[in-house]
Amino acid sequence: MADITLKDIRKSYGRTEVIHGIDAHVEDGEFIVIVGPSGCGKSTLLRMVAGLETVTGGEVSIGDRVVNDLEPRERDIAMVFQNYALYPHMSVFDNMAYGLKIANVPKEEIRARVTEAARMLELEPYLDRKPRQLSGGQRQRVAMGRAIVRKPAVFLFDEPLSNLDAKLRVQMRLEIKALQRRLGVTAVYVTHDQVEAMTLADRMIVMNAGVAEQIGAPLEVYANPQTLFVAGFIGSPPMNVLRTEVRDGTAVVGGGYEVRGRDLATGSVIGVRPEHVNLVAAGAGLFDATVDFCEPLGAETLVHTRTDAGDSLVVRIDGEAVFPSTGDRVGLIADPVRLLAFDAAGRRIASLADLSP
Amino acid sequence: MSGMVERRGIGVWLTHAGLVLGIAIICFPIYIAFVASTVDQAALVTPPMPLVPGGHFLDNYHEALFVGANAPVWLMLANSMVMALGITVGKIAISIISAYAIVYFRFRFRMVFFWMIFLTLMLPVEVRIVPTYEVAAGLGLLNSYTGLILPLIASATATFLFRQLFLTIPDELVEAARVDGAGPVRFFIDILLPMSRTNIAALFVILFIYGWNQYLWPLLVTTDPSMNTIVMGIKQMLPTGDEVVEWPVVMATAMLAMLPPVLVVIFMQNLFVKGLVESEK
Repeated sequence: MADITLKDIRKSYGRTEVIHGIDAHVEDGEFIVIVGPSGCGKSTLLRMVAGLETVTGGEVSIGDRVVNDLEPRERDIAMVFQNYALYPHMSVFDNMAYGLKIANVPKEEIRARVTEAARMLELEPYLDRKPRQLSGGQRQRVAMGRAIVRKPAVFLFDEPLSNLDAKLRVQMRLEIKALQRRLGVTAVYVTHDQVEAMTLADRMIVMNAGVAEQIGAPLEVYANPQTLFVAGFIGSPPMNVLRTEVRDGTAVVGGGYEVRGRDLATGSVIGVRPEHVNLVAAGAGLFDATVDFCEPLGAETLVHTRTDAGDSLVVRIDGEAVFPSTGDRVGLIADPVRLLAFDAAGRRIASLADLSP
Repeated sequence: MSGMVERRGIGVWLTHAGLVLGIAIICFPIYIAFVASTVDQAALVTPPMPLVPGGHFLDNYHEALFVGANAPVWLMLANSMVMALGITVGKIAISIISAYAIVYFRFRFRMVFFWMIFLTLMLPVEVRIVPTYEVAAGLGLLNSYTGLILPLIASATATFLFRQLFLTIPDELVEAARVDGAGPVRFFIDILLPMSRTNIAALFVILFIYGWNQYLWPLLVTTDPSMNTIVMGIKQMLPTGDEVVEWPVVMATAMLAMLPPVLVVIFMQNLFVKGLVESEK
């Protein structure tokens, strides 16, 4: 058991810096998810914690040790890889036991620990099989078993579910969470899937282009994104983004709604979640829009509209509600509290309610 | 299911006839050699050549094995075996280790070394045989197993093959091993060697036959009949001058010389195919 501290972590390949100074603290026993689009540096960050990449600048501490110069095996970590990275020539048992064998753990104890992990992961019938005789989900379990038997201070997961099909992914997601809870081991989990991040994380680090854009609990990040990038990345469908237009000193969105905030400069945008917008009769809302098309998904229907200013705006309505047809004119309303303002650089200003006189 | 075209009726007969014909053409000389090794000298030299085995099988093979011409065949077989195994094991060991170094370690001039090894592919034994002889002679390696094996022991082909194999092993596997605590030596022994076993088996077959069939180099480096290898020994059995050639004995020797490579192919092929089916990357 240990906490992890990242202090101004930087990584360069040659002259190109890919991670530009990340500070974060992972509490003991916490499940933290690093989420971001591909190429944002999230895997690199994880691999620096694991010791598979050198740290160019800053300090990685696990527990109270600075581990920058330690080999992975000396860091008391275990890692689960995206493609499972099982040794193809070894049986499931040997795969799980290999790390312990190297660490010269006595045979009896290896057997006990592997059996225990196999029981926990329901892998007992497969201990003698080779990895290729297992399904994707089972291989993933073996990879987790290999991590568990080591009894590490920290679990590191590098997109462990991306190779599984959608249904299995949901199931394994729950299992990973439950397992981490049960073992109480600190976990750092990297994914590009924001749903995985939302459901697994105690706290998440949203990364973009080598920078931690926001660190916080999932719902906090969802409700209060600090940057436009986070607003767009977390949530599906993403937050609607409306450009503003400054007319005679007043910012206007959607071609009609005058934002009474005083500080909205040219180039700032308004963000609003699809579930925070409602449809009303044309002319009765803040501004009007034209319906492009509707996606009935059962529990909800997504109404894709286009404002008169030309921004697309998605409205999430109840699945049983009657939805408009393509070409209809509709009015849109939203609680001003739910309208989030971002400046031209994409940084959060405040909610409009704070700005209104 | 498979891409094979299904043939019926006359097609089956035609293809089989073609195969049988091909096999017959390839096997006939070997059969003749076998027949020649089972008859006596008189029967062989009076035309027409016999086409059915005679009754001197044991005599001829006994004479070949234990008397021979310059050296008994069993000794030459033993020499060949030592040389072929030495070359095979040496080539595999050296090339797998150099491929390991080239793929997994970052050191200065890594690519220079790789290209130097690669360039030697263009220089077969025959091209460099005179300087090699000079060096071997200077080191006092003539008429020794070391002299037979050492100059042939490096293999660019095998190094290249192992390099390509190692490049297909995913990096994550290497990293998993690192996290598990395996150092470079353990990784090599526990992970890389077992994962290469099918390639090792394939190379063993190819290189054993290569080593066994060496002719020019043993001819140069061994002058002492007790160091002769079987392939060059057959040639040595053909006397110069007026002596009578004991053809049945020579043929028996040829048959015996053919035996080990055939056995290696038969047994290793089994393992090789089995390994291929089992392997997965």
